[in-house]
Amino acid sequence: MTDQAMAAALPQGAARGFWADAWRRLRRNKAAMVAASLILLIALLAFIGPSFSPHSFDAIDWDNMAVPPGGPNDHWLGTDRLGRDLFVRTLAGVQISLQIGLLATLVSLCIGVAFGATAGYLGGKIDNIMMRFVDILYSLPYIFIVIILSTLFERGNIYVLFLAIGAVGWLTMARIVRGQTLSLKRKEFIEAALASGVGTPGILARHIVPNVVGPVIIYATLTIPQMILFESFLSFLGLGVQEPQASLGSLINEGAQEMESAVWMLLVPAGFLVTLLTCFNFLGDGLRDALDPRDR
Amino acid sequence: MLSYALRRIAGVIPTLFIIITLSFFVIRIAPGGPFDDEQTLPPEIKANLEAAYGLDKPLLEQYGRYLAGLVEGDFGPSFKFKDFSVTELIAQGLPVSLMLGLSAVLLALLVGIPLGTLAALRQNSPTDYGIMSVAVLGIALPGFVTGPLFALVFGLHLRWFPVAGWEAGELRYLVLPVVTLALPVIAYIARLTRGSLLEVLRTNHVRTARAKGLPERRVILKHALRPALLPVVSYLGPATAFVITGSLVVETVFGLPGSGRYLVQGAINRDYTLVMGMIVVYGSLTLTLNLIADLLYGWLDPRVRYD
Repeated sequence: MTDQAMAAALPQGAARGFWADAWRRLRRNKAAMVAASLILLIALLAFIGPSFSPHSFDAIDWDNMAVPPGGPNDHWLGTDRLGRDLFVRTLAGVQISLQIGLLATLVSLCIGVAFGATAGYLGGKIDNIMMRFVDILYSLPYIFIVIILSTLFERGNIYVLFLAIGAVGWLTMARIVRGQTLSLKRKEFIEAALASGVGTPGILARHIVPNVVGPVIIYATLTIPQMILFESFLSFLGLGVQEPQASLGSLINEGAQEMESAVWMLLVPAGFLVTLLTCFNFLGDGLRDALDPRDR
Repeated sequence: MLSYALRRIAGVIPTLFIIITLSFFVIRIAPGGPFDDEQTLPPEIKANLEAAYGLDKPLLEQYGRYLAGLVEGDFGPSFKFKDFSVTELIAQGLPVSLMLGLSAVLLALLVGIPLGTLAALRQNSPTDYGIMSVAVLGIALPGFVTGPLFALVFGLHLRWFPVAGWEAGELRYLVLPVVTLALPVIAYIARLTRGSLLEVLRTNHVRTARAKGLPERRVILKHALRPALLPVVSYLGPATAFVITGSLVVETVFGLPGSGRYLVQGAINRDYTLVMGMIVVYGSLTLTLNLIADLLYGWLDPRVRYD
């Protein structure tokens, strides 16, 4: 092995110790593991399941309108008032929920980490101004900001939607990262980096950000269900995904209107949403215990 | 304390001002206007309409006018609900929303604290696990799922409560919406109470209280629960924000004539003044309630000292 390869392998080896440890703790947590497998299963189902059904998400079956699940037809979870297959529509909704959940979390993660690390590391007046800005946005309920942002764009564009949702989710992330950075920047290795002439961007990218990964992962896992919830919330209110596209929120809204005569229209999407949210919450709790053993 | 309180109260006004300014300009940059949907409108008439509402003026002038109106409590006319001013619309709906929100927070405190206390006192027993599992579910379940489900079970099947509608003074119309709204808050308060009570129970002053032979009841209620409830007090600020947000959904689900739905309808219709009015009213509401929760916390916790 060359010296260079050794040098590259060493810090990673040290890091693997921590991650292997965390992974072991996570695996011992039954609730978190069950939750993780369920999430994987639902994700798989959402992305390949629809191809097994003969129906598409917006095709109208004139002979089978509002049929309950398990009828003598190939609509496995029944159809809605317009004869559209609920199995395919719900899975399409899950797809959108998962995509928006992940992408919005990614957006909020990038903004939050960059913002928090910069504010915490620069400190002083800049920190004050930056965090004051966060405080102000914090004082409004999230959903207000999302609703204002969603009016900014053409309705129904889900990519704009996830940007809008992600753009409010970073506030807590920024606070967490800033707190971590404040305590990190007094550590000796930062001083050493400074002494060897590393610039501010270098210190942030190379020394601060990698050291806040643990809390960031925990919070990110807990952010995903929040983002999924926001999207469903907006779609439920009619501000999110528009017809004929389906999202869990809009399906629940349709189901709630039809629940007197077609209760499955409410129960099917609600079941998926609740399962997803509960699983992500359990997984997040498990990750917190695994990555932050002090907190027990 | 007094100077701290005064400083905090003074801090609310610039925050509110920044919120108003930001949302005013963000909403106005948005493409599309309140009269775009009325496609049959000839351009001349549309221009006249816009002139009548002052929308043809430069943006800065509109902003100045809006602020001047706000100072006098005038939120401007609604663009969609044509014969109403925004002030009238909000004055109609707000009492319903406030009643809904306050009842929900009150219910959450009355149910959440005893549940959390019970779970903490029976730590690691089936009771504890039962309460905490329900709490996890209560936090994970959004109101737009629990609301329709409650309506289905308690309204349609058991016929205990009306599914939708509102008659002033009729409490039974309030039951399902309030329970729906309160459920996640109950769950959160139960978890908070349990966690902090468990910590307090291990502290020295509780041991001292027990050692000097006080009855267990008194130890819990007087010595342990009081400091343990501090996190609950500081959660009251976020809780009200949550309840305000939740009322948007609950009012939609149960068809209540509250003001929350105006925010949604306003956003859909691009009814600028209605959305702005809702943001001003709900924004100042959350700011004030957060402030009260903070001050209450400082007043209750003798360790908190401000300079």
